[in-house]
Amino acid sequence: MSAGANFSIEQDSSGGNRLVLSGPYLVSTIGAIDQDLRRVDVALSCIDLSNVTEIDTVGAWAICALQRDHGGEVTGASERAERLMAAVAGLDGNAPIEPERAPVQLRVTEAIGDKVVNSGVATLNLVGFLGLIVLAVGAVIRHPSRFRGKALVRQLELVGVSALGIIGLMSFLIGIVIAQQGAVQLQQFGAEALTVNLVGRITLRELGVLMTAIMVAGRSGSAFAAQLGTMKLTEEVDAMRTIGISPMEALVLPRILSAVLMMPLLGFYSAVVAIIGGAVIGDLTLGIPFFTFLTRIKEVVPLYDLWVGLIKAPVFGLIVALAGCYQGMQVKGNSEEVGLRTTMAVVQAIFAVIVLDAFFAVFFTEIGWG
Amino acid sequence: MSEIDEIDPDDFRHRRFRGDYPIVVEGLENRFGDQVVHEDLSLQVRRREILGVVGGSGTGKSVLMRSIIGLQTPSAGEIEVFGRSITNAEPDQQLGVRNRWGVLFQGGALFSTLTVGENVEVPLRQFYPDIEEDLLHEIARFKVMLSGLPEEAVSKYPSELSGGMKKRAGLARALALDPELLFLDEPTAGLDPIGAANFDRLTLELRDTLGLTVFLITHDLDTLYEICDRVAVLADKKVIAVGTIDELLALDHPWIQEYFNGPRGRAALASKARAKMDKPATGGA
Repeated sequence: MSAGANFSIEQDSSGGNRLVLSGPYLVSTIGAIDQDLRRVDVALSCIDLSNVTEIDTVGAWAICALQRDHGGEVTGASERAERLMAAVAGLDGNAPIEPERAPVQLRVTEAIGDKVVNSGVATLNLVGFLGLIVLAVGAVIRHPSRFRGKALVRQLELVGVSALGIIGLMSFLIGIVIAQQGAVQLQQFGAEALTVNLVGRITLRELGVLMTAIMVAGRSGSAFAAQLGTMKLTEEVDAMRTIGISPMEALVLPRILSAVLMMPLLGFYSAVVAIIGGAVIGDLTLGIPFFTFLTRIKEVVPLYDLWVGLIKAPVFGLIVALAGCYQGMQVKGNSEEVGLRTTMAVVQAIFAVIVLDAFFAVFFTEIGWG
Repeated sequence: MSEIDEIDPDDFRHRRFRGDYPIVVEGLENRFGDQVVHEDLSLQVRRREILGVVGGSGTGKSVLMRSIIGLQTPSAGEIEVFGRSITNAEPDQQLGVRNRWGVLFQGGALFSTLTVGENVEVPLRQFYPDIEEDLLHEIARFKVMLSGLPEEAVSKYPSELSGGMKKRAGLARALALDPELLFLDEPTAGLDPIGAANFDRLTLELRDTLGLTVFLITHDLDTLYEICDRVAVLADKKVIAVGTIDELLALDHPWIQEYFNGPRGRAALASKARAKMDKPATGGA
């Protein structure tokens, strides 16, 4: 006795074809014989179920389909088989399981059109979002009591304080890499003492703020988008509106403000730690004593380098927070959207930060802060 | 037929359970930190019955269901489903049981990126990879229709469905593997009275045609009166009573009395009595 389902076609006395099914006809056994059953191409006079040991709706369905395609009278059915066949009979349809897909050339043009229209809509939405922020700022200035101090402090902690560890480590390593690699190149000119200039100027002016902005985009921008997106999905944002709390004031403003306030601090901190990293390498491999390295920084780095970094930082913070909050508030539909929007928030933030950094570089050089 | 009646433990997959109690819970204990949800809880579910599970909020109805289906490891106690231990089973051994039950979660828990039809196909693909695509699609279609949804629903995404349709789609997925045991977590919560009554009728019909055993968590007194064979009452961290509603009312427990004799309980009873009187006149409508 085998565990699987089986069938055979026999000639009966009157010359008709008798299909004899045997074994269990279950969802677990049907897969093995379904293709063979579909290849039956003779008219049947009788479908004999008396040897069927077990049956479920899938088995009953297969038998109903056989009867529909080839005719024949079902005999020997158990009470359960009859009941199940009655339940599934007539439930056949041919609706597609996946939604219909258009041919590829149509889909491509449609996708391009969608992109164009969507980017137009997105630009409008973004302008609208900026407008809402301005309104929220105005409202908070007029009614300072509505400002969410606690939410701001909480966000300051999440964006700033809890990022100190990872940003410190990253900056320290970057300082080491710049000093070490820079020294190798500068040694060819016998100018390894200039490593101090290299590390000091590049971290305060560029890398400190830029790397911090990228880190904040990854840590906080993504968190903003995911949090706000989930809150939109669970209707928390709508609940706030009905209670009379403006989500812009309660959710978006504290996040944006915390990023704008924290970015200069984090950027400066990052530059300082990177310089320490450079000084450590200077001490270990270039023979520049640690404290000499630090005093030299004061002599070779013009003060405006610090200003350049500190002016860029809040702008980068604004961009990162805007991208995160905007994408988060655009979430609707399903949980997949939260993931997509979060990715988009991070990608857009980093891209915008780097583009803007290039403009800043040109601008500051032109005004003589080279 | 006699050879089928012997239960051969090695050939578990192709046989229906023939014991009397598909679910046996003995001395179950669940605790979260200091909070004890269940203590020495015992329950037996009879084959082919619809067992309603009731209890106040926070009495651990859902935790009990999650323990039985293996989503929650109990702190102590023994749970057997189809005569096999769930509590001490290796994940591999549980697989032999997992394809024999279907679960309808409260919100439907449909996979939101798949259509209804694809949702129904997920468990089939998981357990029976040898089923060909055509048959898979056919099974998905008839299960969806068996759950009372229109044929067109198979290609819709869950976000395009109403609450009642989501529950039916969830039911279709729960029925995908032709389970013998069906767990329903508040199936009529959030449905309008007509939708709820239809869902009750569907549950009853499916039990009768497919021979299901149904474990049903509910707060809906109409459901309890209309379709449940027995009702288990959860209170004081255990099942304090199991029986028909009449049997429960005979007990002198304050919570049970308040539950069934409160204004809503009386209304449900009255509507059942009315339905019985109307039946000869209106026929099977």
